[in-house]
Amino acid sequence: MTRVLIVDDHRLFRSGVRAELGDSIEVVGEAEDVDTAVKAIADLQPDVVLLDVHMPGGGGQEVLRRVLGSGSQVRFLALSVSDAAEDVIGVIRGGARGYVTKNISGKELTDAIRRVADGDAVFSPRLAGFVLDAFASSEAPSIDPELDSLTQREREVLRLIARGYAYKEIAKELFISVKTVETHVSSVLRKLQLSNRHELSRWATARRLV
Amino acid sequence: MADQKTLAEPGAAAPYRRMTRAMEGRLVSGVAQGLATQLKLDPVVIRLMFVLLSVVEGVGVVAYAVLWMLTPQQPNEGRPVPARDWSQLAAFSAIGVALLAFGWLTGASQGGIGMLPFAVGGIGTIILWQQADPERRKHWVSGATKSIRKNRVRTLLGVLLVVVGAIGFLAVEGQFQEARPGLMFTAVVVGGLAVIAAPWLAGLWKELQLERRERIRQEERAEVAAMVHDSVLHTLTLIQRVSHDPREVTRLARAQERDLRNWLYQPAQDADATLAAAVRRIAAEEEDAHGVPIEVVCVGDIDLDAQGKLGATLKAARQAMVNAAKYSESPSISVYAEVEGEETTIFVKDRGKGFDLDAVPLDRMGIRESIIGRMERHGGTARVRTEPGEGTEVMLTMKVEKQ
Repeated sequence: MTRVLIVDDHRLFRSGVRAELGDSIEVVGEAEDVDTAVKAIADLQPDVVLLDVHMPGGGGQEVLRRVLGSGSQVRFLALSVSDAAEDVIGVIRGGARGYVTKNISGKELTDAIRRVADGDAVFSPRLAGFVLDAFASSEAPSIDPELDSLTQREREVLRLIARGYAYKEIAKELFISVKTVETHVSSVLRKLQLSNRHELSRWATARRLV
Repeated sequence: MADQKTLAEPGAAAPYRRMTRAMEGRLVSGVAQGLATQLKLDPVVIRLMFVLLSVVEGVGVVAYAVLWMLTPQQPNEGRPVPARDWSQLAAFSAIGVALLAFGWLTGASQGGIGMLPFAVGGIGTIILWQQADPERRKHWVSGATKSIRKNRVRTLLGVLLVVVGAIGFLAVEGQFQEARPGLMFTAVVVGGLAVIAAPWLAGLWKELQLERRERIRQEERAEVAAMVHDSVLHTLTLIQRVSHDPREVTRLARAQERDLRNWLYQPAQDADATLAAAVRRIAAEEEDAHGVPIEVVCVGDIDLDAQGKLGATLKAARQAMVNAAKYSESPSISVYAEVEGEETTIFVKDRGKGFDLDAVPLDRMGIRESIIGRMERHGGTARVRTEPGEGTEVMLTMKVEKQ
């Protein structure tokens, strides 16, 4: 049973998510702003935190900063109505292990939560597109080539995600196991979080599209 | 600056603060600094005030001494006694000496109590000057110097002419000696009026700015209200009327969402100028027409070419979307457009029922003509991957030289 905390400032949305999540997921609590979220995470120690990006008091990024900054091992899945590049790249670089938009179906959300609980990353097609775009648009010399570029395989996996393939379909397409797909995605996530290529953030800010 | 720092530091925490003399940042014995903290002014103002008053019959020196005796020293809490800033002290002394010399030369310091209005006016100006917002202070100075610099010759000539003219006139009339007290009186009155009017003018200016900001805010509000009224409320009404048809409700909600996003994030794109914008527009149109959500992801972008190669690709992509929306029964469609160097690729994928490509009758124009044929005629390729029950994916590739 995966224990989940829902952090969102819209009560209606919190109850909607609660109703939609499958039986394999236990919602242990809800929080409506940064302060209550930080406190609830410390008190309840959930496996996964469903984190809204825009909230009073600094938003999801502030929660990430305060919780992960204190050395907590809680895993975050960002859930937002926005899919502006700034927000997406922002929370991922803040430490979230995935990003899905709020129009995701209940079943997909359940899958995403389980995947994050297992320590894997969750990329929506749009996030995959952003990452491909961000890493492709590099013209400045990179500081750390290992972190600053994607491998051929990682690129292939991301492209398939962007095309709307599920992990299982990607595995079949590339003749690899689902676990390997997950490894590739996690490695992209790590690069996304650790690469200090400053264009990554600049790119996200410059690209304010929907 | 040490002065600013001590000003910012809170003194005693008690609700009523007694004036004290801090050792840190003092120049003589800390009286000016203590007074500055108490009155929330810059210590420089207080120091200039003391210097100015000292020139007039030594009033400043007496006042300083009295305050020094009455004010307790702030406990130094074991820290070493900080050194004085000798350069600042020297600067203030120089000002004092200069003023004294000026007074002695013009005979103003013998003017006794009659000189006090000048001193008071000077102090008032210094306080006002210091109270003004630093940004504005800079603005005043730069504005004044700029306009003077611009017409430097003319201004100088004008002032010179007026002064020479006036002195000449008075000298000729032999009334220069008598006019002196009158001139001084005029200067005092004008200075006094300026001191009185300055805060009022500053307030008026501030009010004007506030009003302008308020007006801008109201205009923005009106724009939002119009937007919400025209589209969001309209859509909500429509949704209530078709609530029996979930497909239509979804379609309306999606269309409204797209509209709102466009409005909020305002991508500065001309829908008919670049590939990504065109793909998004086509997907939006087909989503509206068929009520199936179409998710679009674009990586890279390219301007549409004049030969119409990309135009053909877009037409084929539209046909693929139409097919998926009409026949696949898929709950959603994924569109992925990628520009990599000269190569443009568009994928249209659904998770619908799929079909047997070979079993499609020859007269069905959709795939064979509108997609594959069209792409090949323009020098591109189209590939269709499908199997019954596996969904369909159409891949369109076109090479276009970058302009």
